[in-house]
Amino acid sequence: MTTNLRDRESPPAPAGLPRREFLRVSALAGGGLLLGAWLDFGVPDALAATAPPADFVPNAFIRISPEGAITILAKNPEMGQGTKTMLPMLVAEELDVPWEAVTVEQAMSDERLYGRQVAGGSTSTPTNWEPLRRAGAAGRQMLLAAAAQTLAVPVGELTTGGGAVHHHASRRRLSYGELAAVAATLTPPDLDSVTLKDPADFTIIGRAIGGVDNLKIVTGQPLFGIDMTLPGMLYAVYEKAPVFGARVASANLDEVKALPGVRHAFVVEGGDSLSGLLGGVAIVGDTWWAAHSARRRLRVEWSSHPTSAQGSESFRARAAEFFAAAPQWTLRSDGDVEAAFASGTVVEATYEYPFLAHATLEPQNCTARFTNGKLEIWAPTQNPQSGRRLVSSTLGVDESEVAIHIVRSGGGFGRRLNNDYMVEAAWIARAVGAPVKLVWSREDDIRHDFYRPAGFHKLKGAVDGSGRLVAWQDHFASFGDGQEFAPSAALTDGEFPAMFVPNFSMGASTMPLGVPTGFLRAPRSNALAFVFQSFVDELAHAAGRDPVEFRRELLAQVRRPVPREGERVSMPMDSERMRGVLDLVAEKSGWGTRTLPRGTGMGVAFHFSHRGYFAEVVQVTVTRAGELTVDQVWAAGDVGSQIINPSGAINQVQGSVLDGIGEALAQEIIIEGGHTVQGNFHEYPLLRLKQAPPVEVHFRLTDHPPTGMGEPALPPVVPALTGAIFAATGKRIRSLPLSRHDLSWS
Amino acid sequence: MQVTFTVNGTARTVDVPADMPLLWVLRDVLDLKGTKFGCGIAQCGACTVHLNGTATRSCVLPAAGLDGATITTIEGLSEAGTHALQRAWQELDVPQCGYCQAGQLMSAAALLERKPRPTDADIDDAMNGNICRCATYLRIREGIHRAATIAAAE
Repeated sequence: MTTNLRDRESPPAPAGLPRREFLRVSALAGGGLLLGAWLDFGVPDALAATAPPADFVPNAFIRISPEGAITILAKNPEMGQGTKTMLPMLVAEELDVPWEAVTVEQAMSDERLYGRQVAGGSTSTPTNWEPLRRAGAAGRQMLLAAAAQTLAVPVGELTTGGGAVHHHASRRRLSYGELAAVAATLTPPDLDSVTLKDPADFTIIGRAIGGVDNLKIVTGQPLFGIDMTLPGMLYAVYEKAPVFGARVASANLDEVKALPGVRHAFVVEGGDSLSGLLGGVAIVGDTWWAAHSARRRLRVEWSSHPTSAQGSESFRARAAEFFAAAPQWTLRSDGDVEAAFASGTVVEATYEYPFLAHATLEPQNCTARFTNGKLEIWAPTQNPQSGRRLVSSTLGVDESEVAIHIVRSGGGFGRRLNNDYMVEAAWIARAVGAPVKLVWSREDDIRHDFYRPAGFHKLKGAVDGSGRLVAWQDHFASFGDGQEFAPSAALTDGEFPAMFVPNFSMGASTMPLGVPTGFLRAPRSNALAFVFQSFVDELAHAAGRDPVEFRRELLAQVRRPVPREGERVSMPMDSERMRGVLDLVAEKSGWGTRTLPRGTGMGVAFHFSHRGYFAEVVQVTVTRAGELTVDQVWAAGDVGSQIINPSGAINQVQGSVLDGIGEALAQEIIIEGGHTVQGNFHEYPLLRLKQAPPVEVHFRLTDHPPTGMGEPALPPVVPALTGAIFAATGKRIRSLPLSRHDLSWS
Repeated sequence: MQVTFTVNGTARTVDVPADMPLLWVLRDVLDLKGTKFGCGIAQCGACTVHLNGTATRSCVLPAAGLDGATITTIEGLSEAGTHALQRAWQELDVPQCGYCQAGQLMSAAALLERKPRPTDADIDDAMNGNICRCATYLRIREGIHRAATIAAAE
């Protein structure tokens, strides 16, 4: 895990808009216009300070040919979140071209041209919303200037539309293609000076637009990383130790090499970093099946490793020991919780959640070719730039010699923020001197993930005589090295309900972990929302209050908390916006207006993450025998002033909600003896169609810049679901997954 | 061993190990990349093709049994992406990541062959073997109904 990704809610995003922006333009061979906005968001200062490279790489956001072909480059990796469609929509809107005339092309990984190219943390929208519109508007402005020059008329008499510049007075029209050659000779404008459209005039933004790759998807054309083919390409499999970090002691390589279709079999020493190249045995063959078949005959002795002493049961036992004492350190302390406990109605509970795998449906894979000291990589990755750094440092090849093609990912969910499979493919390709496609098996994928870490919380809360939440205490048992949490295993001092409860204390204790952990869709939030919103529910019940009403009152106190000096609250929640979505979801779900039969119940929860506000209601029915059906979900979200692509946005909300339900129902990774027990979908069940309830989606538009959709809808659904089970059965769910619980009632 | 079978209307002869699953024959020998690898144990449905008209998981179907078989893959569902399901899928913007969709479409196509106007229960039964990790299930269901309507109007 690279240090800049540690212990954050998401990969770091810049606080504001670009500090500096450079716009460059050049003539294409044949007289086309290539307009590249060099957007300095999140680019290291050292790099930003250097001039654009002398060798201009013909990759930017807009390309217009003299024939009128309009190409817009999608800068960020696509993994199903819709960014390959959504980001070009922003450019096209301000360039003022018909969407149907645009061809979208995936950009290569190139930090100098595109700035940060990460698909993570729901950051694509907030960090690109204005810069990419400005890039489009700058293109339009140059085409207008080119037309003014060509027609010898004032630019003020010109308009754009339909991919052309119009001079109405003389009824003349010049298409963008006709203007490309002249526009390419002009000096680009300062991006800050270009005029953006009034949102009322948007014709592309706000329209439901289908994914740009949909035709390829439905006709089965090669598209994903796993579909890559190169001339002379070989196929690789890679066997790593079941115990994370153990190395190869010995292996029957000679026997494996003699098997049919096998070209190479060799040991990779590997290093100690769990997110880097780990030791193992590579088998390279003429087909994937040949390599995979040979692997079944592979016998490896693994070195002993201390992680083999770790397991889910011992983690649970250690957490119980922690809970018998005070937290190792205090994260936050407000007011006097003990005094409040002494005078209020007290509730105590312990919550826990398991490790989870990402299980992208496309197993990890990568294709690499090493020739003349240069590496070329085709990777389904969410984070190509950190992949390049990892490959460069591990193989000792300069970063400038590593070219990375961003290939569509068959799901990401945070898994592909790590590039372990990329460095494996690069290493193997260099070792065998031929292009190599590495494809993991499903078992490799489930057993060598960067898991959502398990966690344990001991909670104590109190409500006063008038039913208000007056005290909250949490002891979080997690993983890490002293006060440094393992990746994605952190709790920060601004987590709700911090700053909303007068007497509040939060502390943590950590135990060492040799199992790799990382970001899973809505990292941290996907677990913390379950715990904290469930406990809010318990306190509402203790106070004899309606769960919505209790939450509404909680949110009524503060509009936007001001973090104290030094607090790690980068994005404090605006309680007014949260109240807005809570009210909306209560209204849309008919909360409190229906009398439900026994065994049927509704639950509610809200959560703020990745700048997005979501409140959700779930209705379930549980039979007396304990069979659970999720009847329906209502989701209300506030992600700002504009839903850029309603089709993609609704799909993301529905997908997130169903993803959360799937996690809660039956997903659990168990660690035993330092390795992962589960290996395939029969042991790690993903949600299936039959289990998917209707999900009604509502957005509340507010006067804030638009933010991302890939994650924030997930966290609230889990506590809303368990709250609904409580309402239906009286059973309070304090651990996941639900498959471990007997939900029967009488 | 040599086996001869028909793929998307064309007779193909391949020389492959007897235990090589059809999935890998399609992908790595015949270069038909539309059929996807998801689990290797017939649990996810990403590899679904039609074997003599029946939706079948190609990841567990050994080449040895293919002689004389008629296989249809996503590339052969229609010549130009105009099958009612392919049109419905685009119209409703069904895919998210899209990786499972070839398998979803092949399962759905087999369903529509049997039941041109399927009920929700029919869809539940026919599609439950196909995992969509992005969980676009609501649009998959809607897409099948929509395709049935499109097909009926033709």
